[in-house]
Amino acid sequence: MTGSPHDGARLAEAGRAPSGARDEVATTGEPLLRLRGIGKHFGPVQALAGIDLDVPAGQVTALVGDNGAGKSTLIKTISGIWEPSEGQIIWQGRHVHFRTPKDATDAGIATVYQDLALCDNLDIVQNMLLGHEIRRHLLLDEVTMEKTAKRTLHDLRVTTVRNIRQTVGSLSGGQRQAVAVAKAVMLDARLVIMDEPTAALGVSQTALVLDLITRLASRGIAVIVVSHNLNDVFKVADRIAVLYLGRLVEVGPAPEYDTASVVDLMTTGMSQRSRTANGLAPTPDSGQEG
Amino acid sequence: MTSANPEPTDGGTATATSPETVPDTLSTGSAASAELLASSVGEYARIMLRRIRGGESGALPVIVGLVAIVLFFQIRNSLFLSAGNLVNLMTQAAFIITLGMAEVFVLLLGEIDLAAGFTAANGAVLALWMMAAGNPWWLSVIAALAATSAYGALQGLIITRLRLPSFVVTLAGLLGLGGLVLFLINSSGRLGLGGVITLQNNIINDIEAGSLSPVASWIVMIALVALAGSLTFLRDRRRRVNGLVAPPQSITLIKIAVYAVAGAVVILVANVNRGRLLPLRGLPWVVLVVLAILTCYTLLLGRTRFGRYVYAIGGNAEAARRAGINTTRIRTLAFTLTGLTAGITGIIYASYLGSISNSVNGGETVLYGVAAAVIGGTSLFGGRGKMLDALLGGLVVGVIYNGLELLGLSASAQLMWTALVLLAAVAVDGLTRRGQNTS
Ligand SMILES: Nc1ncnc2c1ncn2[C@@H]1O[C@H](COP(=O)(O)OP(=O)(O)O)[C@@H](O)[C@H]1O
Ligand SMILES: [Mg+2]
Repeated sequence: MTGSPHDGARLAEAGRAPSGARDEVATTGEPLLRLRGIGKHFGPVQALAGIDLDVPAGQVTALVGDNGAGKSTLIKTISGIWEPSEGQIIWQGRHVHFRTPKDATDAGIATVYQDLALCDNLDIVQNMLLGHEIRRHLLLDEVTMEKTAKRTLHDLRVTTVRNIRQTVGSLSGGQRQAVAVAKAVMLDARLVIMDEPTAALGVSQTALVLDLITRLASRGIAVIVVSHNLNDVFKVADRIAVLYLGRLVEVGPAPEYDTASVVDLMTTGMSQRSRTANGLAPTPDSGQEG
Repeated sequence: MTSANPEPTDGGTATATSPETVPDTLSTGSAASAELLASSVGEYARIMLRRIRGGESGALPVIVGLVAIVLFFQIRNSLFLSAGNLVNLMTQAAFIITLGMAEVFVLLLGEIDLAAGFTAANGAVLALWMMAAGNPWWLSVIAALAATSAYGALQGLIITRLRLPSFVVTLAGLLGLGGLVLFLINSSGRLGLGGVITLQNNIINDIEAGSLSPVASWIVMIALVALAGSLTFLRDRRRRVNGLVAPPQSITLIKIAVYAVAGAVVILVANVNRGRLLPLRGLPWVVLVVLAILTCYTLLLGRTRFGRYVYAIGGNAEAARRAGINTTRIRTLAFTLTGLTAGITGIIYASYLGSISNSVNGGETVLYGVAAAVIGGTSLFGGRGKMLDALLGGLVVGVIYNGLELLGLSASAQLMWTALVLLAAVAVDGLTRRGQNTS
C-alpha cells in the first residue's frame, strides 16, 4: 500500500477532458467494472434483477433511485458484503467473486459507508492508516505515516483541516467525510463507492465533499455515488444510473438528463420521453426534493 | 517554527474558512497531545486552558487533586510529608498502581476485568507455594505469571468467542477464583498452616522491603531521566526535521526538565534516612519495578500496532473491523495482558505483606485498581486513557489510605473517601464523553 498514487493522478489529470468530451473518453476505454445480469434475492424478496452496468475509470457514476430501489443492496454486492444470487462481476477485465469486504478492498474497491467508520478517539493520521500502519524497527513509524497521510490530503487538496494530528471526533461532518475518502484513496483504490456522502452535511461542507468527488475522478479513480439529492448529483455526475424496484431502468451521460426526467425515472421507472413514445400523457411536474 | 504548520498552502479551491476549522477543544485519546498542536509555549498554554474548560484536560486534574489531598493531610499531620512516610506510600501504592495498569488494557476496550484481584491472589499463592516447595524464585514467578496470563486468555476467549459481557464473565471469575484461592491455601497442608503461606525468598521479599544504595539510586534515576529525555528530544527533533507537526523546542525542554525534577525529588526523598534504629536510605526496588512496567506498557500501547488497535477497537469496534483488524485476537490479547499484569501485582502484593493469606480480599482490591485507572483519567467507556493514569490514580488512592491511616481514621472513612474521589472521577469521565458526543 506504500505505492504512492502520484503517478495515477498525473495520468488522469492528462487524460481528463473538458466536460463535453468526457463520454467519448469513457466509451472508448474498457470499463473498470462491469456488472452483467446481477440479481440478488433475500428469500422470496427479489431486491435486484438483471443489472447490467459499466463503471468507467475517471468518471463519477451517480446511482439514484427511490427508497428501497436497491441502491444499498447493489453497492454491498460490489463491495463484498455479500455475493450476488446471479450474474457476474467483471473487475478490470476479470471475473471476480468477493466473499468478504476485505476481498473487495484488496482488489482496489474502497467503500465509504454512510456511517463513515472512523475512530473518533484517534487522530487523522491514525485513522487514515488504520489497519495499514507503517513500522520501523517493529515500532510504529509515526513520521513516515504522517508524511504519507499529509501527502494524500495534499493531493486531494483537503486544506480545511488545520492540524493533521487532531482527533477525528473534533472534526466537522465535511472534514470527517474528507478523512474517510482520503483513507480510501490511501489504500490505492481504483474504485471508490460513496453511500450518501452529503446526506448529513450543510451547504459549505457539501461543496467541500462534491469538490473532493470531482478530484477523485480527475485522478483516474472511478467513483460511484449513491445520493438522494439530485442537485448534488447533477453537480458531480458524469453518468447517471437509475434504479427502480430492483431494476436498472436507465444509464447514460448526465448531460442527457434533467432533474425532472430523473425524478420521473425514479418514481415511475419511465421517463417523459419513453412515456410520450408509449403514447401516455405526460403529467405536470410536481416537487423534486431529494 | 514554520514546520508546525502542516497544511499545504496551494489549494485555493476548497473553502478554508473558519466554520470548517473546528478548534480542537475536545481532542483526546492516545496521540493528539496539546504539544503537537501548539507552535509556542503561549499557544500551548492556551490550548491546555481551552481543553480544561472543555472538560478535557489530561493529567492536570489528577495532579491538582493529588497536590490538594497531600496538602490537606500535611496540614492535619506534619508527619505526612516525612521521608519515611512518603517511601512507605510508594510501597503501599505499588500494587494498586500495577492492578490499575492491568485494568487499563481492558478499560481501553470498553471492557472490565473484575477477577483481576483474585487472579493476582492466586498467582501469589502459586508463586509462594512453589518457592516454599524449594523451587528457585524465578521459576516460581514465571510459572505464576504463565498461569495468570493463561487465565486472562481464557476469560478473553470466553468473552470474545461466546460474545458475553466481560462484566458478567469476570464477575464469575471473581467468585470462582475467590473460592480457588481459599481451596489452594487450605489444601496446601503444612505450607499454609493457619491459612497463611509465608514468603520465604529474600529476592522477592526485597521488591518491597529492599532499597538501592543512595548512590545507586542517583545513578539509576539519572540514567532513566537521561534516557527518557533523549528519547523525547530525538523524537521531537525527528518530527521537526521532517517538517511535521512538532512541539516547539522550548516545550520539549520543559518536558525534559519536568522529568529531571520529578526524578530528583523522588531520589532526594528516598535518600533521607528513614530508619528508626539502623540507618535506612535509598530508593525501594518496587519503584523501579513499577517504572519498568510503566515504560514497557506505555511503549506497547503508544508505539505498536497492538496498542493502536486497542484504541481503535475502544473508539469504534466496527470501524476497526472494517479496517481489517482481527478484533477478537486483539481483545483476547488485552485480557491476557491483564492476567499477566495481575500476576505481577500478586507477586508485589505478597512481597508487601510477606505472605498471602486466605483472608485476601481480591474483590475490594480489584475495585481499587479500576478506581486508580479511572481517577487517573482512563475512560470506563473505552478508547481513552493511558498507562500513566494508573500511576497517578494509584498514587491518589494510596495517599488517601496512607493519610487517613496516619490520622488514625478507620477503614470506614477510607472507603467512603475513596468512593467520593472515584465518583468525582467517573463524573468527569462521563461529562467529557457527553461533551464529545454533542460536538
Ligand atoms: N438484508 C436484507 N434482507 C432482506 N431484504 C432486504 C435486505 N436488504 C435489502 N432488502 C430489501 O431489498 C430492497 C432494496 O433495499 P435497499 O437496497 O436498501 O434500497 P435503497 O438503498 O435503494 O433504499 C428493499 O425492498 C429491502 O427491503
Ligand atoms: Mg440505502
